[in-house]
Amino acid sequence: MSGAPPDGASPGTPEEAAAAAAEEVVRGTGGTHHTGVLSGIGRRIGRRLLSSLPAILGVVVLTFLLMRVLPGDPAVFFASGPSAGQEEIEALRRDLGLDKPIPVQLLRYLGDVATGNLGRSLTTGQPVVTDLRQRLPASLELTLCALLIALSLAVPLGILAALRPGSPVDHAVRFVCTLGVCVPTFVSGLLLIYVFYYLLGWAPDPTGRIDIFAATPPDITGFLLVDFAITGNWEGWWSAAMQLLLPACTMALFVLAPLARMTRASMLAVLGSDFVRTARSVGLPRWRVVVVYALRNALLPVLTIAGIVFSTMLGANVLVEKVFSWPGVASYALDALLSSDYAPVQGFVLLMASIFVLVNLLVDILYGIADPRVSME
Amino acid sequence: MSATAYGTPSTLRHVGWVLRGNPLTALAAAGAALLLFVGVAAPWLVPYDPIASDVAIALQPPSAAHWFGTDQLGRDILSRIMMATRLDLAIAASAVGISFLAGAVIGAVCGYRGGRLDRTVGRVVDVLMAFPLFVLAMAMVAALGNRVENIVIATAVINLPFYIRFARAEVNVRRNAGWVEAARAAGDSHLSVVLRFLLPNILPAMAVQISLNLGWAILNAAGLSFIGLGVTAPTPEWGIMVAEGARFITSGKWWLVAFPGLALMLSVLCFNLLGDGLRDILDPRMRT
Amino acid sequence: MTGMPPRAGSAPPLLRIEDLRVAFSTRNGVVEALHGVSLDLAAGRTLGLVGESGSGKSVTAYAVTRLLDRAGRVTGGRVLWQGRDITRAGEGELRALRGAAMSMIFQNPRAALNPIRSVGAQIADAIRAHRDMPMREARVRALDLLRAVLIRDPEHRLESYPHELSGGMCQRVMIAMAIACEPELLIADEPTTGLDVTTQKTVMDLLARITAERGMAMILITHDLGLAAQYCGDIAVMEKGLLVEQGPSATLFRAPHHPYTRRLIAASPTPRSTIADLARAAGEPPPPAVAAPRPPLPAGTPPLLELQHVVKDFGGPARAVDDVSFRIAPGGSLGLVGESGSGKSTLSRIICRLLDRTSGEVLFDGENIGGIPARDFHRSPFRREIQIVFQDPNDSLNPRFSAFDSIAHPLRRLEGLRDGAALRERVVAAAARCGLSADLLGRFPHQLSGGQKARVGIARAIAVRPRLLVLDEPTAALDVSVQATVLYLLDRLRREDGMAFLFVSHDLNVVRLMCEQTVVLRAGRVVEAGPSEALFESPRDPYTRALLAAIPHFDPAPELQAAG
Repeated sequence: MSGAPPDGASPGTPEEAAAAAAEEVVRGTGGTHHTGVLSGIGRRIGRRLLSSLPAILGVVVLTFLLMRVLPGDPAVFFASGPSAGQEEIEALRRDLGLDKPIPVQLLRYLGDVATGNLGRSLTTGQPVVTDLRQRLPASLELTLCALLIALSLAVPLGILAALRPGSPVDHAVRFVCTLGVCVPTFVSGLLLIYVFYYLLGWAPDPTGRIDIFAATPPDITGFLLVDFAITGNWEGWWSAAMQLLLPACTMALFVLAPLARMTRASMLAVLGSDFVRTARSVGLPRWRVVVVYALRNALLPVLTIAGIVFSTMLGANVLVEKVFSWPGVASYALDALLSSDYAPVQGFVLLMASIFVLVNLLVDILYGIADPRVSME
Repeated sequence: MSATAYGTPSTLRHVGWVLRGNPLTALAAAGAALLLFVGVAAPWLVPYDPIASDVAIALQPPSAAHWFGTDQLGRDILSRIMMATRLDLAIAASAVGISFLAGAVIGAVCGYRGGRLDRTVGRVVDVLMAFPLFVLAMAMVAALGNRVENIVIATAVINLPFYIRFARAEVNVRRNAGWVEAARAAGDSHLSVVLRFLLPNILPAMAVQISLNLGWAILNAAGLSFIGLGVTAPTPEWGIMVAEGARFITSGKWWLVAFPGLALMLSVLCFNLLGDGLRDILDPRMRT
Repeated sequence: MTGMPPRAGSAPPLLRIEDLRVAFSTRNGVVEALHGVSLDLAAGRTLGLVGESGSGKSVTAYAVTRLLDRAGRVTGGRVLWQGRDITRAGEGELRALRGAAMSMIFQNPRAALNPIRSVGAQIADAIRAHRDMPMREARVRALDLLRAVLIRDPEHRLESYPHELSGGMCQRVMIAMAIACEPELLIADEPTTGLDVTTQKTVMDLLARITAERGMAMILITHDLGLAAQYCGDIAVMEKGLLVEQGPSATLFRAPHHPYTRRLIAASPTPRSTIADLARAAGEPPPPAVAAPRPPLPAGTPPLLELQHVVKDFGGPARAVDDVSFRIAPGGSLGLVGESGSGKSTLSRIICRLLDRTSGEVLFDGENIGGIPARDFHRSPFRREIQIVFQDPNDSLNPRFSAFDSIAHPLRRLEGLRDGAALRERVVAAAARCGLSADLLGRFPHQLSGGQKARVGIARAIAVRPRLLVLDEPTAALDVSVQATVLYLLDRLRREDGMAFLFVSHDLNVVRLMCEQTVVLRAGRVVEAGPSEALFESPRDPYTRALLAAIPHFDPAPELQAAG
């Protein structure tokens, strides 16, 4: 063996000197490490935003094509009414640029989207952007609450099941999950209404976000729970929360399964991994092995699944909002779709695409913070 | 000659062994068979005409004459559910069939070739998968027209990325396996390696995916018709039946929703459990 | 059972295992893995626990520390730590022992470290598991430990994550964690398996020095007799859940008593063993032609395979294969040795025409086959002339093919044999030549043992009677006794068929045994080439010398070599 090393075990160094040296180490490398991570995350955000541009662009083009291949002539819809003459329609066609070749129309459409002009809804008579802005908080509030409920149930259940595989707890969790994923949201929602509204009378009338007799909420953020809390109107807050509870639970039930299953599977895999065995072999306390070594690693795949689950929920919104007459963007788009009013549908799809890009970005950043292996590449 | 001659009895025995050890899978298989039977034989089995309405007996709770009750037009709910089985299964099966065939081939080729093609396809698939797929299906049905075949296409398209990703990953872990290189050393071209070696090898895993996806496709098709897309009113279909019953749930007429909902749930459950069971049966490492 | 005699009348040994039985509950019922193992270990001693896979050597260690996986259970016997029975100890009591009294290091060090926690934090965790000290102080200790295990730039490495370190460095970090609380016993479970031979040497030297300096006892679990012989004072040999022989390593290798130990020693290639030794280990008659060297080919015989300045560039910072030239005579054998990343596998794929070279010539029988694109080579008449045997028998057979179909496949493709008597005859013949009886042919890979799978892989390659057989680490995944029989089989086939061999391996002893010529590769370049005997006797290049010096070895008794 070459070169006698400074033997760490022998306490030859004065205490202070060692402590000072260590402090320097911790501060020095810790600092560079920290900035390294931060700049890594910055680069990642930039790269991710850049790489999501094609996706957004793709969706824009898709919605454009959607508009073009849709049955019917947009000019006819935009015309004053069914009695509109041929000339008026022709004029409108020119006005809308529909007489131009498709690429030119596409460019025009891209320009419109870039300037925030998504057209006007025939049903409400308002610009689509205004409608979406008014209704988005309702959908987001519902989806986020559902995700929160689902996560706070699924993660502990998954961990419990993984810590005792094959136990009654494990089987019970699997049973609930299997059932949850089999019942479509529109059925479970209706059955919840039947039980909690009709039979038990615990839940309020399942229409809308607030009791029709309650005071109108202040319009600050659009999130009722937040707005009521800001104004200190706890009675209103309670009524809004009760209205929210059933639809949120309906949605949560549907996504419980993938989250709990993933938590269980990744927790099991990590508990059986070599590094957990290492942690046990050096005599770490059990809670530390489970929480610091196993759980932190096991949550990484759950994070990815949570992103996918969130976008599944955005889709499931359409069904849940219809069942509970929830005044969100999805029911808005659905009403428009069924009455052949296509601009809101386009706007809705674009909005969903943007939200999904943002969510993916968020998941990515969180992943970059949690997993040092990712920020390297 | 040899593979089948030697393989069959042990495979059958293995299936029997797994089914005995796993009654849930046997139950699921029986359920799926029953669904199939009802789907095929519904016109001869139904006790009443599923379309004929009789307002005199509208909204009657379950009784001896109408086991599942009647709906707002007095139609027998049991008969409608049985007739709907055919349509719902057909939609789900054809959608899954299309996406499986296309997805397996695209995924296998990408996974085997690697390189830029693979990265591009992988990226597109990732983007598609993270997108709210139900919204995509909605938009497609809206764009293509409100018809049953478009429900099939939309369901197939939103299933496609799962198959591509799955086939790609399965092929990717095998592409450098010794037996793949051995096949090339034995004179197989790249194409023949993919078609004769890799695809048959990933089929069992894909079968699991197909079974799970069938359940998912049923949910999707029912969801689309629930919101009024695809199948139109008098046709018996589970999603529409739930949608029609929804109006009466707040007045306590639960059977309009519960029975078609139960049919949906049980069929999805069957396919999901069957998928889990298939995973065990098809895993050769579990044979002794 | 020969237990080590307890030292006369003194304090109890550090560790005593009495008639230990361990059982695993599996899908096929309860299987006993240890059938009553007893051994003693005194403080400060080093014990090598050797045996082949399934011998129970690791199970013994995991039963002592009670890190058996969920399915495993101690069903009988006792484990005494300094005289105290810990067999039925609770989790809390064991936790106090693990790390503080006995600690472990594992195979595959990178996987054994938490991927999302810095190594400094992990070492500090190990310290704080038994010492009540603040994090800051623990980090000072961690830094000292990193210095003690000779990690360069330890201040910086404290903040590193396992994926940023090499396998050897990860194992040093593991060692630092294991010695953090100064345990009296260190159990090393195949600590260098999967590491390159030069890395293996530095890690083992470090381990030996640290345990010696701190007066720690060590149990080294390994399948490599040479490693155990070189680093352990005592050796215990295990077979099928039983301890068959134990004794000081100085005498055990010279005078083994148990037949299994004798077989194991004979089967392990040493710098002096010959094919005849392998034949004995395999229990087969020595090859008749082994004494007489092959008659030299007449001068001017054109080579069967010739590589001229072959280069493979994957577009990375360095070339995978960089200007390699060599030739193999008809019926000749050439060994290609090198550590991981040396480009030996890439080169073998190029020669098999499964991969295209970037530049240079590959001449087979005077024909330039390097020019045929790999994707079209399956149509070339040369396809059947060059066949390959793969490394891992587990993944070299199509899981959906029976052994028959695996062997029949090249015959169907390359000789156009259709199903029928002719095909069956050829398959059975090829299988028989590889020692596979016809009744095994209906089995699927998961129903065959590792050695049987390796034989199917060889039968598949020789079925079409190639003139060049490329062997890519054909025995790396096999136990030594199986390796001996497979190597013997390969040598016999070569002599019978007049095939040429290209033998790719990281094991220099095996290459010396099997090949007339040897080429040493490093980072894609040829470091040294020449006749094996001369190259191994007097290596010219320092790298070759370092490689040779790093191989752990033992000296079996001369009579074993001669008389067997």
